[in-house]
Amino acid sequence: MKTLFDCKKACKVKVIKLNAESELKQRFISFGIMKNAELEVLQHTARKSTVEIKVGSMQIALRSDEAKLIEVEKI
Amino acid sequence: MIDQAKVCPVTAKHIKVALVGQPNVGKSMLINSVSNAHLHVGNFTGVTVEKTEVLFDYKDYHFTIVDLPGTYALNDYTIEERVTHGYLTSNDYDLIINVVDSTNLAKNLQLTSELLTLGKKVVIALNMTDEAEKEGIEINSEYMSELLGVECVKTSAQTKLGIKELLESLIKNYESEYKNSKLIFSEAVEEEISHISSYLQKHKYIAENTYRNIAINLLKNDKLTYAKLHDEPLWTELQPVLVEASKHVELHHLNDDIKEVFAEEYAAFNKGVVAEVLKEKVKIQERTLTEKIDDVLIHPFAGIPIFLFLMWSLFQLTFEIGSIPMDWIDAFFGWAGDTIGATIANEDVRSLIVDGIIAGVGAVVLFVPNIVILFIGIALLESTGYMSRVAFLLDGFFHKFGMHGQSFIPLVTGFGCSIPAYMSARILKNDRDRLLTLFVIGFMSCGARLPVYVLFAGAFFSEEMAGNVLFGIYVGGAMIGLIAAKILKLTAFKGVDEPFVMEMPKYRLPSLKLVWHTVVTKTWMYLKKAGTFIAAASMLIWFLSSYPKNIELQDSYATKIEFAKTDEQKTILQNRLAEELLEKSYLGQVGKFTEPIFAPLGFDWKMNVALQTGLAAKEVVVSTLGVLYSLGDEVDEENSSLKNIISREISFASAMAFIVVVMVYLPCLAASIVFTREAGHIKYFFYLLGFTSVVAYLLGFITYSVSLLL
Repeated sequence: MKTLFDCKKACKVKVIKLNAESELKQRFISFGIMKNAELEVLQHTARKSTVEIKVGSMQIALRSDEAKLIEVEKI
Repeated sequence: MIDQAKVCPVTAKHIKVALVGQPNVGKSMLINSVSNAHLHVGNFTGVTVEKTEVLFDYKDYHFTIVDLPGTYALNDYTIEERVTHGYLTSNDYDLIINVVDSTNLAKNLQLTSELLTLGKKVVIALNMTDEAEKEGIEINSEYMSELLGVECVKTSAQTKLGIKELLESLIKNYESEYKNSKLIFSEAVEEEISHISSYLQKHKYIAENTYRNIAINLLKNDKLTYAKLHDEPLWTELQPVLVEASKHVELHHLNDDIKEVFAEEYAAFNKGVVAEVLKEKVKIQERTLTEKIDDVLIHPFAGIPIFLFLMWSLFQLTFEIGSIPMDWIDAFFGWAGDTIGATIANEDVRSLIVDGIIAGVGAVVLFVPNIVILFIGIALLESTGYMSRVAFLLDGFFHKFGMHGQSFIPLVTGFGCSIPAYMSARILKNDRDRLLTLFVIGFMSCGARLPVYVLFAGAFFSEEMAGNVLFGIYVGGAMIGLIAAKILKLTAFKGVDEPFVMEMPKYRLPSLKLVWHTVVTKTWMYLKKAGTFIAAASMLIWFLSSYPKNIELQDSYATKIEFAKTDEQKTILQNRLAEELLEKSYLGQVGKFTEPIFAPLGFDWKMNVALQTGLAAKEVVVSTLGVLYSLGDEVDEENSSLKNIISREISFASAMAFIVVVMVYLPCLAASIVFTREAGHIKYFFYLLGFTSVVAYLLGFITYSVSLLL
C-alpha cells in the first residue's frame, strides 16, 4: 500500500482511498482530496514533517501523519 | 462604491443578505467595494472570525450584508465554520451571495452545491474575474447561470467590476419566487430523491423548503432536517423508506460513508459544469509563479533561515528607521512642555500639565514610528500569503513543542496586538490546542510593549546593537512561549494532536491602499489611546504621585536650601527634596509597600509602580516611568530625556530583569477580557494570571541574578 507520505517531490498520484476518521475525511474532501482526485507533491520540509501538495489549482499543506492516511497510486 | 441618498427606513424594502464563500476568496474585500466599508482583509484563511454586518442603501432598498467567516464546506470542523453553518440554517436572512474564486472554480463549487439545497435564493458572485482573465481563464457566466439554475455574476472586488450587476441581481432575485436549482445527481440518487419527494407530496407535508431539497437533505443525513421531521407524524412511515433509500445509494457507490458519496456526486456534477462553462487558454505546462516563489521561500534547507532573516530585518528596521523621527518627537514634547509650562502661573496646574499629561503622553507618542514600522511588517506578512508558508515551515518545529503549525498565525498577530490574536486562535479546531495557543499568545510581545523595549535597549546598548537586542527580545519571548507550551501540553492540556491540513494561498502583491489603510487605522488607534486613556492614566498617576502634599518636609528643606553655601549643594538638596516628596506620595507608598516583593528582582519602587499600572495597558508602563522620573528629576535641565535618566538611575541588571518581566507578565486589561471570553471560562483567567506571574517572577529573578554576575 502506497500513501502520499511515500511520494517524492514532483510526483503525481491519484487518490484511491482515504483512511481517515470521519471528521478528518470531511476536511480532506472539502479541500478536494477525495477518491480519484489527482495530487502532485510540490515540496516538503527537510525532515518531511510537512508536505505541500497541489490539488486542482489549490496548494495544500499537510503534516506527515495526515499524508500517511491518504492511499494513492502513481499515474 | 455606491453613493445614494438615504432611503426612508419605513418605506424601503429591507434585504438581508448572507455572504458566504470558501476562505480567502475575497468576501470581505467584496463587501468593502460594495458598501465602501473598511473590513480587515488579509491573504490567509480566517481573517473574518466573527460575522460582521454592513448596512447600506441602493435604489429603494435597504441592504444588510452579513459577512460570514469563510468555510470550505458546511461541516462544523472549526468554530468559524460552526458560526457560518449556524447562521445559514437560522433563517434570519433573505438571500445568499455565494462568493466564488474564479481561478479555482471546481473546488469552490463544492460549497455552492451544498448551499443550493438550503432552500434559500442564491446569487453566485464569480469573484476575482480580473485575476482569472490574467491567468487565461474565461467563464461563460450566462451559460453557467442556465446550467445551475442560479444567477452567476462576474465580479472583481479589486477593480470594482460587476458590483452594480450584483446588486441588481440581488433585487431581481429578492422580488421573484424561489426556484429549485438544476443540481442533478446520479441516477441512483435521483431515483431516491423522487421517491422521497413523492412520499412527502402524498402526505401533503407542509414545509418552507421544497420537497426536492428536503429529500436531498434527508439522504445526506443532514442533522437539522432529520430533527425537524423526527417530530412529525409521518416519520414512522418515512423512516423505513429512508433506510431503504440510503442502502440503495450506498450499495450503488460501494461506500457506506454517505457524506463522501455526496461529495463525490457534487464533484461529478461540478466537473461537468466547469467543463461546459470554463475556457482555459492552452496551458503550457509551466510552473505557476507561486510555485516558483515557493521553491525558494519554503526550500527544505533555506526556508527557515530566510524567514529568520526577514524577521531580523524587520526588527532592525523598526529600530534604525524608527529612531530617526523619535528625536524630533522627543524635542517637540520637550519644547511643548517648556512653552506651555511657561504660560501657566499656578505651580500645581503647571506640574499637572507638564509633568503629568505631556510627560506621560509624550513618552507613549514617542514610539509611534516604531509601531508604524512593526505594523507595516505584519500587514505585509498577512497580505502577501507568506504567513501560511511560515506555518508550513514551522509546523514540524512547533509540533515538537505540542503546538500546531497554524498556531503560528495567531502568534504572529500577537506581535501586533494580543486582542485580534486571541480571536484568530479560532482557526484551531481542537479546544485543547486553542486554549494552549491562547495561553502562549501573551508571550509574543505586543506592539504596546515595544516602547518599553525600545526605551531600555536604547538606554543600555549602543545604537548598532539595539536592533539586535530588540530582535533577541522578541525571539526570546517566542522561545519562552514555546517552552511554556511544552510544559502546558505535558501537564494541563494533554491529548491527541489536531491534524494539520491547511490551504496555501497564492502569493499576491499587497495592495498598497490596503496596507496603508490597516497601518493608518492601527496607528490612529494607538494615538487615540495615547490622547485619551493614556492621558487620563497619566493625570491619575501624576495626582497619586504628587499628593498628599508634605508641607513639613518642604519647609524643612526650604530652610536647608536657603542656608546652602554653593549652588551645587542647593541642587543636590532640591533633588533630594523632590525624591523624598515622591516617596511620601500615595503612589510612592504603594511602591514602597510592594518593594520587598520585587527587591529580589532589583526593581526600585518606581519600576514596581510602572509594572502595576502596566496591568491597565502596556503603554502605561512607559508613561508612568515618564511621569515618575520627570517629577523626581525636576531640577536637572540637561540630559533630561527619559532614556538618559533611565540609563543613569537604573542598573543594568535591574533593567534586564525589568524587560523580562514586561515580556512575560499578564497582558493588559482589554486583552485579558478578550482572553477570558475566548477561553470560555473565568477560571482560565486565573490560570493565566497565576501562570504568567510565576513565570515572570522566576525568569526576572534568574535574569537579575545572572546579569549581576556579568
